[in-house]
Amino acid sequence: MAIALDSRPMRDVTAWNQLKTNRNWLAIWFMLPAAAFLILFLAYPLGLGVWLSFTDARLGRDGIFVGFENYEYLWEDSIFWLSVFNTLLYTSVASIIKFAVGLYLALLLNERLPFKAIIRAVVLIPFIVPTVLSAIAFWWLFDPQFSIISWSLKKMGLITANIDFLGDVWNARWSVIFANIWRGVPFVAITLLAGLQTVSPSLYEAATIDGATTWQRFRYITYPLLTPIIAVVMTFSVLFTFTDFQLIWVMTRGGPVNATHLMATFSYQRAIMSGYLGEGAAISTAMIPFLLGAILVSWFGLQRRKWQQGESND
Amino acid sequence: MSYLTRRALVKGGTAVAAASVLTGPALLEWAKAWAQNAPWKPEKGAKLSMLRWKYFVQAEDDAFVKLVEAFSKATGVPVEISRESYEDVQPKASVAANTGTGPDLFWGLYSLPHLFPQKCMDVTDVTDYLGKKYGGWVESAVQYGKSGNKWICVPICYSGNMVNYRLEASKKAGFSKIPDKTDGFLEYAKAMKKNNTPGGFALGHASGDGNGWVHWCLWSHGGNTVDKADKVIINSPETAKALEYAKALYAEMIPGVASWNDASNNKAFLAGEINWTDNGISIYVAAQKDPTKKNIAEDMDHSFWPTGPVGKPTELHLMYPVLGMTYTKYPQACKALMAFMLEADNFNPWIESAQGYLTHCLNAYDKNPVWTADPKRAPFREAAKRSLTAGGLGSVGEKAATAIADFVVLDMFANYCTGREDVKGSIAIADRQLKRIYR
Repeated sequence: MAIALDSRPMRDVTAWNQLKTNRNWLAIWFMLPAAAFLILFLAYPLGLGVWLSFTDARLGRDGIFVGFENYEYLWEDSIFWLSVFNTLLYTSVASIIKFAVGLYLALLLNERLPFKAIIRAVVLIPFIVPTVLSAIAFWWLFDPQFSIISWSLKKMGLITANIDFLGDVWNARWSVIFANIWRGVPFVAITLLAGLQTVSPSLYEAATIDGATTWQRFRYITYPLLTPIIAVVMTFSVLFTFTDFQLIWVMTRGGPVNATHLMATFSYQRAIMSGYLGEGAAISTAMIPFLLGAILVSWFGLQRRKWQQGESND
Repeated sequence: MSYLTRRALVKGGTAVAAASVLTGPALLEWAKAWAQNAPWKPEKGAKLSMLRWKYFVQAEDDAFVKLVEAFSKATGVPVEISRESYEDVQPKASVAANTGTGPDLFWGLYSLPHLFPQKCMDVTDVTDYLGKKYGGWVESAVQYGKSGNKWICVPICYSGNMVNYRLEASKKAGFSKIPDKTDGFLEYAKAMKKNNTPGGFALGHASGDGNGWVHWCLWSHGGNTVDKADKVIINSPETAKALEYAKALYAEMIPGVASWNDASNNKAFLAGEINWTDNGISIYVAAQKDPTKKNIAEDMDHSFWPTGPVGKPTELHLMYPVLGMTYTKYPQACKALMAFMLEADNFNPWIESAQGYLTHCLNAYDKNPVWTADPKRAPFREAAKRSLTAGGLGSVGEKAATAIADFVVLDMFANYCTGREDVKGSIAIADRQLKRIYR
């Protein structure tokens, strides 16, 4: 009798206890705030954006489901394809140059230099200045009438007329790419520098004793050990560049004749300026496969031992 | 000589105007009396917030704040004013309309209310009251103000966009004023470039100046985006003619206009780099204020746009309507403020302080001394009367608003002028975009 009385409350407690103290459940409780945060602020907006792209929603009015209508329209929209081309050009050229210049700077800053700390801080300046401010500065530098670059070249007698930086299709593209590189290099350089400092000096010493040249030391020690960092940095760099908005919006608003419209600015133009929320969302959604691709490359890359530990250790 | 005369006129004009302006206690007395007799009684405990376009002329904003303060004192309704650059009012208002929260009143750009007509308060009683009292509304304001049979906004004013030009350089090129026909204007541009005193119109995404000149060019040659029934008719020989004209004109412009935004031509004109362009009165006002630019103010004037083959004015000026949101808790207070803004005792000093930047939509205000004090402002008085509406022949609804906001016509001209596309290609792109907007 006494045993039976004891066992009933025990069973009740166990049911609740399982949720409260079971280690697996406990983990879920602890993750819940983070998960709620992610779902509320990341998954929900993303899902809503994708949903909007299947509707004809406009600003100030709910839409109805229209299936792939927005995508069909965009498929035949020459401006959309132009923006895709611009985005790919912008991202690839800017990322490659940012990587090259960033790596070069990192190697340079890794050497023993006088005033090393100050120089490292100075390198970060373009990254610290708010993008909009630097964009406005570049906008003035590239002004068709008041460009200091044109002015200087004219004074030096190298050109006779002002350079039409932002009014000519290709000039405008190179100009905005240049501004993006200027802004993005510090991020790459400083992160790679951090990676460089984790390389053990003993490896270099051993290589030097073996008679390795500077190039060989870079090729067979620095580069392989830096690969994981490079993968991370370049993934971020590509993502930032691909989704760039402020620089373009301030400098050209996508002009001249849409020659510098990136998918991000084009999406804003269609969704907010013109009020076609559904179509703008479709343009944004079309960015996702590209971004996923960039992430997957580095994700699978990072899984491979070859990337982590050097060339021939596959 | 002309300088002295004009200055004297300006001074004289201001003195006359000042005498008729109510200030301080007198304004408050008048405002109180107005509040008692007005047909709209603000709700108990009402307070309003308004988002307006950011001023171009500081004095205009000061006068506006004074007006609103008088309103608050007389009615006990506090009004909070916030300001955004005029291009940014639209996205904010759209989001507010979408979410149902935000400022009670929005004062934005021409077609704004038509982006979400069903979210705008019906203000027909306010516009009827004002129209009867002040000589009626100009034609374009009626079109902008109404959606179907009801008014969804109160047209407050226009911002005229006229041809700005330098006198001396034009004389040297053999022109005492801007030719009144499009052919003549092309000759003018050629002569100006030949003398190394070129000008230019913005071909970048410039909402005001860019849209202003390409619509003038399209309409003056008989081209139209849509017909009366909102059927897309952009693909026409007239449009092609307009494009050819624009390309010929583009060849005579200063290099770089394809990247210009609304501010670029102001900068270039004030720096003496260009000698003709299209703009509001802001260049002139800025030149007058800056002692080092006085010579530019003396040496410039404004002109109507030349008429093209269609033989009548085809201008597009910016209209600034104020709208009340249906979600407001204080619709009577909103209406009272809208009506108060346009009463003569408020509106006269306010529009005068804008120095010609803003043009009235109510006929009675033609008499305001701002238009006679300085003859160089005179063209801007006619802005509201000469303006066509955003949709051209078609409706002024959200479709027309979208077409302008998406720079369909501007890009069509830019595509052809810069050589990106041929005539057929540029028209085809615009045609496709318009058909989607107007479906």
